[in-house]
Amino acid sequence: MTDATGADKFTGPTPDNALRQADAESGPVLAADGTPLKKSLGRALRMQKIRALALIAPLLIFVLVSFIAPIADMLFRSVENQIVSETLPRTTEALGSWDGEGMPSEDVFEAAYYDIFIAAENRIHTRLGSRLNYELTGASSLFRRSGRGLDDIGEVYQDQFEDLDENWDEARPWAEIMGSEDWIAAQEEWDAADEEGGMPRFQLREGAATAFPNAAQAYLTFARFTQTEDEDSPLEEEPWSMVHTALYQDLAAEDYASYDGPRAGMVQAADELVASPDFQTVTFADGFAEIDEDWATPEIWQTIKLYSPNYTSGYFLNAVDMQLTPDGAEARDADEQIYLFLFKRTLFMSLVITFSCIALGYPVAFLLSNLPMRTANVLMILVLLPFWTSLLVRTSAWKVMLQQQGVINDVLVWLGLVADDSRLVMINNQFGTIVAMTHILLPFMILPMYSVMSTIPPSYLRAAKSLGATNWTAFWRVYFPQSIPGIGAGSILVFILSIGYYITPEIVGGTTGTFISNRIAYHISTSLNWGLAAALGSILLVVVLLLYWAYDRIVGIDNVKLG
Amino acid sequence: MNLTKTLLASTALTVAAGAVAAQEMTDSMTLVSWGGAYQESQQKAYVEPYLEDNPDVSVSWDESSAEAVARLRAMNEAGNITWDLVDVVAADAMRLCDEGLAMEYDPEDLLAEAPDGTSAEDDFGDMIVSDCFIPQIVYSTAFGYRTDMVPEGADAPDEICDVWDLETYPGKRSLEKRPINNMEWALYCDGVAKDEIYDVLATEEGQDQALAKLDEIKDDVIWWSAGADTPQLLADGEIFMGSTYNGRLFSVIEEQDQPVGMMWDMQVFDLDGWIIPEGLEEPALNRVKDFLMFATDTQRLADQAAYISYGPARQSSAPLVGQHATLGIDMAPHMPTDPENAENTLLYNYEFWADYRDDIDAKFQAWLAQ
Amino acid sequence: MPDTGTSDAFVAFERVQKSYDGETLVVKDLNLNMPKGEFLTMLGPSGSGKTTCLMMLAGFETATHGEIKLDGVSINNIPPHKRGIGMVFQNYALFPHMTVAENLSFPLEVRKIGKSEREKKVQRALDMVEMGAFGGRRPAQLSGGQQQRIALARALVFEPELVLMDEPLGALDKQLREKMQFEITDLAHRLGITVVYVTHDQTEALTMSDRVAVFDDGRIQQLAPPDQLYEAPENSFVAQFIGENNTLEGVVQEVKGETCTVKLDHGEIIEAKPVNVSKAGERTRVSIRPERVEIDKSRLGENAHTLKATVREFIYMGDIFRTRLSVAGNDEFVIKTRNAPDQVRLRPGQEVEIGWMPEDCRALDAT
Repeated sequence: MTDATGADKFTGPTPDNALRQADAESGPVLAADGTPLKKSLGRALRMQKIRALALIAPLLIFVLVSFIAPIADMLFRSVENQIVSETLPRTTEALGSWDGEGMPSEDVFEAAYYDIFIAAENRIHTRLGSRLNYELTGASSLFRRSGRGLDDIGEVYQDQFEDLDENWDEARPWAEIMGSEDWIAAQEEWDAADEEGGMPRFQLREGAATAFPNAAQAYLTFARFTQTEDEDSPLEEEPWSMVHTALYQDLAAEDYASYDGPRAGMVQAADELVASPDFQTVTFADGFAEIDEDWATPEIWQTIKLYSPNYTSGYFLNAVDMQLTPDGAEARDADEQIYLFLFKRTLFMSLVITFSCIALGYPVAFLLSNLPMRTANVLMILVLLPFWTSLLVRTSAWKVMLQQQGVINDVLVWLGLVADDSRLVMINNQFGTIVAMTHILLPFMILPMYSVMSTIPPSYLRAAKSLGATNWTAFWRVYFPQSIPGIGAGSILVFILSIGYYITPEIVGGTTGTFISNRIAYHISTSLNWGLAAALGSILLVVVLLLYWAYDRIVGIDNVKLG
Repeated sequence: MNLTKTLLASTALTVAAGAVAAQEMTDSMTLVSWGGAYQESQQKAYVEPYLEDNPDVSVSWDESSAEAVARLRAMNEAGNITWDLVDVVAADAMRLCDEGLAMEYDPEDLLAEAPDGTSAEDDFGDMIVSDCFIPQIVYSTAFGYRTDMVPEGADAPDEICDVWDLETYPGKRSLEKRPINNMEWALYCDGVAKDEIYDVLATEEGQDQALAKLDEIKDDVIWWSAGADTPQLLADGEIFMGSTYNGRLFSVIEEQDQPVGMMWDMQVFDLDGWIIPEGLEEPALNRVKDFLMFATDTQRLADQAAYISYGPARQSSAPLVGQHATLGIDMAPHMPTDPENAENTLLYNYEFWADYRDDIDAKFQAWLAQ
Repeated sequence: MPDTGTSDAFVAFERVQKSYDGETLVVKDLNLNMPKGEFLTMLGPSGSGKTTCLMMLAGFETATHGEIKLDGVSINNIPPHKRGIGMVFQNYALFPHMTVAENLSFPLEVRKIGKSEREKKVQRALDMVEMGAFGGRRPAQLSGGQQQRIALARALVFEPELVLMDEPLGALDKQLREKMQFEITDLAHRLGITVVYVTHDQTEALTMSDRVAVFDDGRIQQLAPPDQLYEAPENSFVAQFIGENNTLEGVVQEVKGETCTVKLDHGEIIEAKPVNVSKAGERTRVSIRPERVEIDKSRLGENAHTLKATVREFIYMGDIFRTRLSVAGNDEFVIKTRNAPDQVRLRPGQEVEIGWMPEDCRALDAT
């Protein structure tokens, strides 16, 4: 139609051309009130645009919230990986300088000790374990066990300090060594008042951070956590064993003979104890190995290092049967490859379903659009009937029909077409999925076809015949090309719907008739590997868009009509 | 009084009422369970009695246990927990606990003592497999077979390896479409000693060995994903034998009177129980605690066995198990824990499967698709 | 009916009947013979059966009874595509997915005509309708008149001897229609083809046809050349349907050869030419063309009738004046007078005497 509306081809004095001419000759045209015509037209159009926008606003918002946002969320999830660096901030940093060969240094174990200890107090270490278990089998229980086991390291020092001085086992002396006097006073007041909430926030004593670089930091974490998470007073809570470990590190590193802060005697005695040869120590690396020997293998550290960036390609690699390794992306073992195979199968079966829908739906749509209205309406109700029963009921009905002791086999055996001991297998395989899904999706094919066909006037066929075409030629050369937009619309609809189906394949598909969507559903609801599910979903989305693009290139998207 | 004032006044009243209730408990609860006969047994055994004692309370059910883990995670991300108490299998309870989606609890605080004064912790014993898990029942995955399809001259199948014996027992089998249980049975029937199964299964070779064993019957297996599948396939005569939950088989055999027999050999015990979602408001939590104290006591758990053939998770409940509520038959012989049935059993290895599920499942699915 | 023998007829309908529902006849006992080269129009109100006749001829409808012959051969059992009849449809039915040239080429392709010859014929047909430069366009890119020409060219390109046209000009505006009317007749005569043309527009029928068949109620009411149809309608339906007409109702008093006397219901007695009245006492409808009525007695002959009339309305129409009068109880009596310099313009309310020649006044059936 563009040629008909392109005014420039006509050189005569059309109204448009006259306007243009006038415009070119006499500068800006003015409206009746003297404002430039363009401006006044723009104002008039703006009002129209605003009104149009207001009309579509509800739908726009709905689409944004219910469609665009989830897709964006899915794309984000498929690469998002902040859980590792958020749960193990020190460890991931320390691992940055590790080359991935052999075992990482004691620094890494030290960082991991503090990270996992705090994560365990926050009860988020097991979540990280679940996450890493997708990449390294055993990470789940490794982290669960380590959350409990890390106390063993700190208790080595805690016990010795306690043996030296009972006060190390008390809350109050620790608070005095670390906390500021103002805070202690305020906390005491609050404790006495027995209120709820509004606890005075713990403040480090001036100089504590320089005197005890590690222990002050550890105590600060402990005190703040106790206040906010447990809602207890640090004046009454004995610190975690992690704080004892940190104190040991400080005492071992510095000489505290000249320490003159609170409880100086206690600190100095502890310093002497640490310096004495009898003092027992344990390296972090040994402590970790004690908890679980998996910590003494490079694999877990490599995995953490590999997944320490905030964003990862790991999910996408998994989704195409590959994996992230220290040496880059590698194909998975052959016996674990499944997704590419399932993608191919999904596309193949969706195509088969689409074609069987075309084959079965075309004659029906043709009949519908050429019958008198009343008969067509009755037939249309029959076409739509499947929509009125639930998907599960329909799919289960196919089970009853197709199974080996089912209706169709019974009839075939009764007719003598099939022997009783060699009944046909028509369900729990690809055939069952194709039959059931063709049935379910058929209306989506028939409706667009029908609405396109009913706009093709019967005079075209008559014209073709009057011009000498046989019935078949008239149909094939004249009617069919005009019905292609309906086939296109129906096919796109059916194809996209069938790619995403999972309930029906799950019920009747057995092992050979399941789709990629079944794996996505599994990862969403059972394995909870949402990142992988999102990656699989994203790939599916891209595949659909690619096919859509290809369709546009080959057939032309204007050749799609819903009516 | 104008409208604004009315609204303000009523808001103030609501707030006041809310403040009062905050000291106490909410009077509505949303319980999540599996639907069907199992949920019915919970309703009869402890929800209805509880509501009789607390007539103000209303309970609504949500039959979403099958997807509870995903749903709870989604609720947690959205920051809106609408469930009060969720019935899940033990493995899911562990996962929810790991994910921080279920609340850790103290058995001494929350659960009633046994009548003889044994503490709840001791009475439940090993059943408390996770810090978040409040056990209710022991169920098992076992095999049922068509008694009328046993070939003439052959004995009824009575050991797990008969599943692999296609010569003596031709016909289709149904197995669950997941590696758990199937891999263990395969290794056991391939000659691996029972106490070494998991050590073997932890190795690549062991996994391949199990899949190779399953290969022997792969062509004759219909894989199920819903608990109702095997009973239906058995009732329709589509399969000769199949695995499913023992309660489902009980109902096929005793309630529907189908020609189906039980094969208890190498049944795999598993647990089902409650978890409390993390992040409940105080009043809701108080109500849930009050309900749990009642619903998990010795008598209530024993009562549940009158409606369904699952064993109570408390040791002290076992002697109290009586007759079926409507059929009037003794329930004890139908319990998976009955000594006659429990001669050769396996316990679901939660720790192992938490670690190996992702890995083995990938292999299993790839094997299935071939 | 003028046609008797069918042996030399090119198209013949013999006692053709058509019913769709088995209860009522849409076409009742149709007989029609057309010589080769004739341009025949089927004219009638909608539902009169004219289109059904055309469709039966084209082969899209089957006759319930009777025979249709083409060049002496019965074509009742020949499917449409073997009849070799060209057809132009109401909305042209140009195939939208083909270009103009492809549309024209289609009938040649199905006849398995070679490519070079096909192209030659297509170009010739396009040139014939002066659309030679439009072969590459799609129908949707053409104006209504252009589409019309293409439809015509397509119907002619395979050189059929008979072409059917089903209200082909219905969708065009008046000016274009008149131009196309001329072009179509010109083309038909030039090519010597036989045309059956269906329309409900009487002007079109009168200007284009060699003969017009006026259809009503499933029958041909009159089949005659246009002038005869207008001047000498055989019954009151034709008289009413073709052109404008004044009627006066009355009873025949006497029939005497070429004249009869009619006593009008209003009382006056007039003379008329008996057309389908035969005896005294029959009710009749007397019909007079508006342009045959005079208000100036000097223009009439000796034996002219005169009647008193009252002017009701005077309408100036440029080339003519149209005056509505009350005559013998009929308030819708219309006369047309030429806009000549000496012509009087009547005023409403004016009493005049009008008159006409008895041979212009036809006594027809009363139904």
